[in-house]
Amino acid sequence: MKKNPRRRFLQFAPLAALTGCATKPAATEEEQLPSQLGKPLSAYGERSKYETAKRLVPEVKRPQIGATRTPLAEIDGTITPASLHFERHHAGVPDLDPAKHTLLIHGLVERPAVFTIADLKRLPSETRTHFVECAGNSGNEWKSPGAGDVVRGFGLASNTEWTGVPLRILLEEAGLKKEGKWFLAEGADVCKMYRSIPIEKGLGDAMIVYAQNGEALRPEQGYPLRLLVPGYEGNANVKWVRQIKVVDQPGQAKDETSKYTDLLADGTARQFSLVLDAKSVITSPSGGQKLAGQGFHEIRGLAWSGRGRIDRVDVSTDGGKTWTRAALQEPRLPMAFTRFRLPWAWDGQPVEILSRAVDESGYVQPSREELTEARGGNSQYHYNGIKQWKIEADGSVKSV
Amino acid sequence: MFKTILLVLVTCAAFGQKYKVGRAAGAEDLKADIFVAPDGKGLPPGKGTAAAGLEIYNRRCQRCHGTQGQGGEESVLVGGQGSLKTAKPLKTVGSYWPHATTLYDYIRRAMPFDNPGLLDADQTYAVAALILHWNGIIGEKDVLDAATLPKIKMPNRDGFVRDNRPDTGPKAKKK
Repeated sequence: MKKNPRRRFLQFAPLAALTGCATKPAATEEEQLPSQLGKPLSAYGERSKYETAKRLVPEVKRPQIGATRTPLAEIDGTITPASLHFERHHAGVPDLDPAKHTLLIHGLVERPAVFTIADLKRLPSETRTHFVECAGNSGNEWKSPGAGDVVRGFGLASNTEWTGVPLRILLEEAGLKKEGKWFLAEGADVCKMYRSIPIEKGLGDAMIVYAQNGEALRPEQGYPLRLLVPGYEGNANVKWVRQIKVVDQPGQAKDETSKYTDLLADGTARQFSLVLDAKSVITSPSGGQKLAGQGFHEIRGLAWSGRGRIDRVDVSTDGGKTWTRAALQEPRLPMAFTRFRLPWAWDGQPVEILSRAVDESGYVQPSREELTEARGGNSQYHYNGIKQWKIEADGSVKSV
Repeated sequence: MFKTILLVLVTCAAFGQKYKVGRAAGAEDLKADIFVAPDGKGLPPGKGTAAAGLEIYNRRCQRCHGTQGQGGEESVLVGGQGSLKTAKPLKTVGSYWPHATTLYDYIRRAMPFDNPGLLDADQTYAVAALILHWNGIIGEKDVLDAATLPKIKMPNRDGFVRDNRPDTGPKAKKK
């Protein structure tokens, strides 16, 4: 089963030779010799004016509710710039002064406590890379394979490096009582959005984070504090977190009853399905793109799982008939984006390409048919079916 | 002198954990606790009826949720019972929400959208009562308060199941 992707590529070498090598410089390529002094030093860097990747902002009546999407097909590697991390707000982005913001820990604890940002930064810290994905990501795929491109279909997921204090330390400082089974995490947005989380997660890898990709959290990512619950649906990673209350049962918040529950075909709904299952998408070639011509192309994509590391990604270039193991970029981190790649030579014929992720728990990303067979078409959330792109003879790529 | 030292020691001990960072929370801090639990814990004093809620609803809620809770710019609040198995499920307070306590908690913490906290306890009970009444769950004159609200059994109370994945692949659990 395990094959060396490089060897497989060599089989295609003659085909590749047909195209790439003899290309002449295009007429638009001019020599860019430095002829004058460049811009001066600057205090805070900006990207090149030639770069345009940006979040997809929807046209909505109330811009305080809704989501922007990360242009994953325009990002290389695995880290999402904080400025491009997707947003989902329920009542806008609050303007919080870190000198005044505090975190209250109370409920079933011996010593209800208040921590300032300075307090939290004094405590032992950790830095980890994790994805955050909205439970509604790819939700339009439930009814039909609708996502025309990566940003619309998959852009409610991002992957960044987070720094903060393990929540376990704060719960131990406050003296967690054994009756505490869940905790409620509430944000300081005006709607005071909150979620209930099992206490095991709080004593496990949950963190109160204050930094992202080396700098303070962006306001739209929860500045100055955010709960991070790795692998859990995005909504549970409560932004602007201001209090943690330990309780003996879930609070049954609006966002864990009326929303973010999976309505199944028999009319019942799955609740607290917090962990996101393995998922993958080919980001190149992907919907909306156009291949420059036949010959060599590197198939690239992202895979992730809320249950740990990505173990394997299989790619098919014949509509799912045969699968080839893609190369995975190391290090493969748990609950983080893993970049996969497969060298490929396109023969110019219409073709369908797809990817299938397998995580370290042994879970295999299901096809759309398997998923809808198990849950029906009304689930709305937690869609993780295999995504298929079709490359037409003219090189254009579309969703099928 | 000895007493003073002891007092200092006791004060430290009261917050005497490993890192000695942070401070003890006081009554003022705990005012932030507005969670309403499904057993009704956290519900404040006060009361309201659907009849009393109509005037507040018309003034503060109907612009987004429609004249009868049928929805508009924002969520539908009423109807949909029996629709959850169909191709077009309508998830409302009446058809989907498992707990009436959530309604009080959510109105108090987040509504009206542009001015959360505007309604006092009586008004919040009254608007919650109106939405429950429109869904046929309580009568127009039924009084909603901290005692009656948690006792309401919502139509879809038993409609939720805990996470039972995986539901696909070789390890899929059969129902």
